[in-house]
Amino acid sequence: MPAELCLKIYDLMLRARLLEERLITMYKQGDGYFWIGGPGEEAFNVPLGLLADKGMGVDHDYLHLHYRSTGTLLAMGADPVDSLRQMKNTVTDPYSKGRNFAGHFSVRKWNVVPVTSPIEVQFSIAIGTARAQRKGSGAKGISIVQGGDAGTAEGDFATALVWASRKGAELPLLMIVTNNRFGISTPYAGQHGYDQISERGKAFGMPTAVVDGNDPEASYAALQKAIEYVRTEKKPYLLEAMVSRLRGHSSASGANLVKEEIDCLEVWEQKLEARGLMTRPQMNALREQITNELAEASKRVRGEPPPEPEQIWEYVFADKNLVGGEG
Amino acid sequence: MATMIQAIRMALHVGESRLGVTDIFGEDVGAPLGGVFTGTQGLETAWNTPLDERGIVGTAIGLAMAGRKPVAEIQFCDYAFNTIDLLKIAGNTYWSTGGDWNVPMVLMTPVGAGIRGSIYHSHSFDAQATRIPGWKIVMPSTARDAYGLLLSAIVDPNPVMFLMPKALLRMKGAPGEIPGEPEDEKALNQMIDAPLGDRTAWKPSWPALEDLFIPIGKARIAREGTDVTVLTYGRSVPMALAAAEELAAEDIDAEIVDLRSLHPYDWDAIVESVRKTNRVLCVNEDTEITNFGEHLIRRIVEELFYELHAPPKLLAGAHVPGIGLADHLERASVPQKETIKAAIAELAAHEP
Repeated sequence: MPAELCLKIYDLMLRARLLEERLITMYKQGDGYFWIGGPGEEAFNVPLGLLADKGMGVDHDYLHLHYRSTGTLLAMGADPVDSLRQMKNTVTDPYSKGRNFAGHFSVRKWNVVPVTSPIEVQFSIAIGTARAQRKGSGAKGISIVQGGDAGTAEGDFATALVWASRKGAELPLLMIVTNNRFGISTPYAGQHGYDQISERGKAFGMPTAVVDGNDPEASYAALQKAIEYVRTEKKPYLLEAMVSRLRGHSSASGANLVKEEIDCLEVWEQKLEARGLMTRPQMNALREQITNELAEASKRVRGEPPPEPEQIWEYVFADKNLVGGEG
Repeated sequence: MATMIQAIRMALHVGESRLGVTDIFGEDVGAPLGGVFTGTQGLETAWNTPLDERGIVGTAIGLAMAGRKPVAEIQFCDYAFNTIDLLKIAGNTYWSTGGDWNVPMVLMTPVGAGIRGSIYHSHSFDAQATRIPGWKIVMPSTARDAYGLLLSAIVDPNPVMFLMPKALLRMKGAPGEIPGEPEDEKALNQMIDAPLGDRTAWKPSWPALEDLFIPIGKARIAREGTDVTVLTYGRSVPMALAAAEELAAEDIDAEIVDLRSLHPYDWDAIVESVRKTNRVLCVNEDTEITNFGEHLIRRIVEELFYELHAPPKLLAGAHVPGIGLADHLERASVPQKETIKAAIAELAAHEP
């Protein structure tokens, strides 16, 4: 991987990690009610955000993400302060105007479909955007859907496998499973009788791969290959990334550091240092700078207004077809 | 003299030919069958899905978000219960994203009893549907309203649920009530009904249909009267009308309000009718506990209490786990002309 890209990925991984840590701090200081996020998935999620074709409409990629996708959003260019706003549930939160939990992104101008709390439903919705982009439609984009390993037990995962692989009606859908080997407290073996989730794709005739999601170079290459296949062939691909869950499931389990897990950021820092791309003092300086920026921003966000009670009545019904091009 | 199902088919044709409908889909919706009730025969954009209701609703949401205009069908509403969390997402996306994404989709599904459909082809869905905010819910009782409400549903920027009273689907409308339909009923059948047997080479010949947008949220006074207001919709409307005609001979003059839209519903029309008759009966087929008619009665009691000369009454489905197959069981489970007639008469006789 070229040095410039290695450093860019590092910068984004670090920003994503420090943003999650700031969000956890905000939660612990009473500046939010709940935290859920993706510390430990940066080495995979940042490359995903860099490789997706960002834009609005069927000629760009639709992203059906879940609540661990901070790295992907930052890599796409999201402002980290907006995540702080969602944590603080201010009316200035651009993703949900103070209505939803942290990490529940929605960016229509970039085809980032709203993240919802129910597990795996995005796999049933993604086949819809993929259908709008299928072979013969003329659309240049693909649909990318991501969920965790435990969620694949839901019927929606099977829905996506079935609908995406029908002969002659295949869908340009990249299915990603980020496998952290847990569903809240239930270990992998407690719900799956197979070694890898990706094995399930084989029965549906789609290419599959397992990648070390703690390695940004391997993740970048695997994603590039998978995206290229889906874009050219207009057919589905199932990619499983083995990742870490560094702060547990959510704030409900304390959000404390899990020391036994591999920390992708630490490993990547060692590699960058060994390759002479960055020195420790440089890394420390960058970390300090971002930490300070986020601390300052979280103070500013504290002063931003909450939604007004009467705003519950806003946005119940649309009067314009926004997704149909009316604004 | 189109039937309600022909009116629905014609509305879908108008939808795909000039209102932007891109995808009409569901189980057995595409060729060769064209729907188990024939509602999607001969349509250009109709296609078959796997037997997967969650996939159907999810696909509709995704297509809508990608700028397409989907009309999805759940073959019987009895099979929509496993999609409720997806229906909630369709209903809450505009709100939960603070107006970032709207979800313009139509979901059609046959509802209710009356065809001896036993436990899993007789369910009602109106109580469930009205518990999912963010959706508009419509339910026609005539072929003309089916045509006009479906066209309005198609152009609406929100998710709209189109509940089809299955016992009325083959009921004929009045001649010429669908604007542009041929006067001769047989001519229409020959033009748009698929032939029996091999239909691979068949193509429909559509009449020159005109637009008819029946506004969502507006009730229709199906029969004017002065003694009792009957608030109803779907299959119960023609039954209530028949009951009212019989009661006219007994000098009881019932007003039948066909709500047509359950959400948003036409409160102004309800107020006007209740102020005139001072007596209210709600009739629908869904089970009576936590029934949509209960909501209407609650609001009438709260806002129109001093207009009432009798306690409002609800005639609804029995709160039992299913509708049994045998004729006696089905009839005993949901309102019938006789029970509606008795309820109207009882209210009319009540003096404060």
